[in-house]
Amino acid sequence: MSKNTLYDKVWDAHRVVTLPSGQDQILIGLHLIHEVTTPQAFSALKEAGKSVPFTHRTFATMDHIIPTQSIERPYFDSQAEAMASALEANVAQYGIHYFGPDSGHQGIVHVVGPEMGITQPGMTIACGDSHTSTHGAFGSLAFGIGTTEVQHVLETQSLALSRLKVRRINFNGVLPQGVYAKDIILKIIQVLGVKGGIGYAYEFGGEVFDRMSMEERMTVCNMSIEGGARIGYVNPDQTTYDYIKGRQYAPGDAEWATALAYWESIKSSADAEYDDVVDFDASGMTPMVTWGITPGQSIGVDGTIPRESEVPDAEVQTARDAVKYMKLTPGQPIEGVGVDVVFIGSCTNSRISDLREAAAILNGKKVHPKVKVLVVPGSQQVKDQAEAEGLNTVFSEAGAEWRNPGCSMCLAMNPDQLVGDQICASTSNRNFMGRQGSPTGRTLLMSPAMAAAAAITGYVTDVRKWI
Amino acid sequence: MTIVKQISGSMVSIPGNDIDTDRIIPARYLKEITFERMGDYLFADARYNPDGTLTDHPLNDPRYVSASIMVVGRNFGCGSSREHAPQSIKRYGIRALIGESFAEIFAGNCMSLGMPAVSVTPDVRQELEGLLSDHPTIEAMIDLDDMVVRVGTRDYPITLPAARRHAFLNGTWNFSALLSANSDLVKATAARLPYMNAFRGPNA
Repeated sequence: MSKNTLYDKVWDAHRVVTLPSGQDQILIGLHLIHEVTTPQAFSALKEAGKSVPFTHRTFATMDHIIPTQSIERPYFDSQAEAMASALEANVAQYGIHYFGPDSGHQGIVHVVGPEMGITQPGMTIACGDSHTSTHGAFGSLAFGIGTTEVQHVLETQSLALSRLKVRRINFNGVLPQGVYAKDIILKIIQVLGVKGGIGYAYEFGGEVFDRMSMEERMTVCNMSIEGGARIGYVNPDQTTYDYIKGRQYAPGDAEWATALAYWESIKSSADAEYDDVVDFDASGMTPMVTWGITPGQSIGVDGTIPRESEVPDAEVQTARDAVKYMKLTPGQPIEGVGVDVVFIGSCTNSRISDLREAAAILNGKKVHPKVKVLVVPGSQQVKDQAEAEGLNTVFSEAGAEWRNPGCSMCLAMNPDQLVGDQICASTSNRNFMGRQGSPTGRTLLMSPAMAAAAAITGYVTDVRKWI
Repeated sequence: MTIVKQISGSMVSIPGNDIDTDRIIPARYLKEITFERMGDYLFADARYNPDGTLTDHPLNDPRYVSASIMVVGRNFGCGSSREHAPQSIKRYGIRALIGESFAEIFAGNCMSLGMPAVSVTPDVRQELEGLLSDHPTIEAMIDLDDMVVRVGTRDYPITLPAARRHAFLNGTWNFSALLSANSDLVKATAARLPYMNAFRGPNA
């Protein structure tokens, strides 16, 4: 059993009581909500005549269904309009902070929380979205929950949870040029598997993480869930504190010392004990691309689609399903596979540094004429910043479409969808069958720089040739 | 609250591993503000061809229409936290799942709905699949007291995390009342955590 890790310290600090089932009742310090997974929870709350006791620890935004072209109300899609209206009515009735489209702060919930300074170290954070693990980048225990649990948090500010084991993942060495945070997490999932993290919280550390920006740490923690780990986190450090300082909901000067003392107190101790430790070396890394239908099915960009003989027995069935669905051939190089659409966005890779990386590749270049390119900033703040830097002009002049913030084509609940069996080079987090809106659509996950390179050539391209 | 101890019925087997929640219910069906119709959308993309005709998916096989237990593979329910996935399974008429393993959030959501997701070894899954193709309407009984699934005269061992088993057997699988009863303790815990008050609100 783990001891003296950040996980253990934050868990213990938030334990309300041990329940008869052996689970712990855990206080949820921050509850983030959005339009898709909450209407049923609010309905149940109203039916039961319950209130929300900790409204000031609940924050809402709208991201999944919001269109990224015309955001005029009512939305063209009547279901989206009904969903948006339901959220607006619910936050108004219960007095919940709401970063709506008119606030200047709307965006993907996992982009908004950090950039507003709401996400801080040492919290327990829940949200009806599996990518809540993103907030672990700040040294919080952040995890996705279902709608029944959303209702529990609304009415009790707590959840019944079983303690996880803790796996320390060390990444040491120096990342080669053209290799990014996205490649790191794809590598981790490739090695440990899509179910390797079930029952674990992942603690990421080592030289590579020490040097990472907060946005890079968010990219890695974001996809912990794709490796089966409901929680992924990085211990807070000076990089964390520098990021938080001065943001709207951050502690002010008067409270800063107290905040810092708390944040330092919950870090994993030098004598921390883990249930498992795994070491990676960054030096041999190449840019990663997925070829299949799970985020674990990835290879280096210079690799070939695995033959069945190269796949472990237990993975053969899924590999077979994958090549059939993807219409790829085992033994075929991934580089050169044609793409129809490029999507740069999502809670994984839609922050300003992601857009800068993509823009650096696209600057002065033209998008291949057969490729449709969507660039969707993660929030209104990211959009404003990108426009202040002229990144929107770089994208537009290259022939990419510059859109309004939202989840967009990551899961295609809005009009941004693949058509037929189009292949999309995507900076998002899931390459599941049908994920991007078409039942036969195909997804190749990669970093923003790699996606930008594919936009120019029209096929999967090793971005290292461009930098 | 209902005690969940034994679940009997016929079975349907879903082939494959790593069946994600987008496959169980594609995102475009989540745009409804109630769960009422989710049962209609279960495995929508796998059950229908683009022209609307039926595929050969097991749920379209008339021999399995009355199934109330779903047999699945490894890492079933991976992906998103959408409760729509277990909701669609339950509203379709399934009352329990037997699988090699389940994704964490999905398994928790199943418990919230009072629908056990119990694990068996790959060999047992294979054996159940074989039994089902020979005897499509064969009855199974999941017993959470004895921790077996009983088919005919055979007992196959099942596993379930102790806390979930306790919740099903004691009828406490919806934690609402239990958590609400401790509201004073929740407030006391919040009061001990500096960030719950001192760091809140916009700064001047």
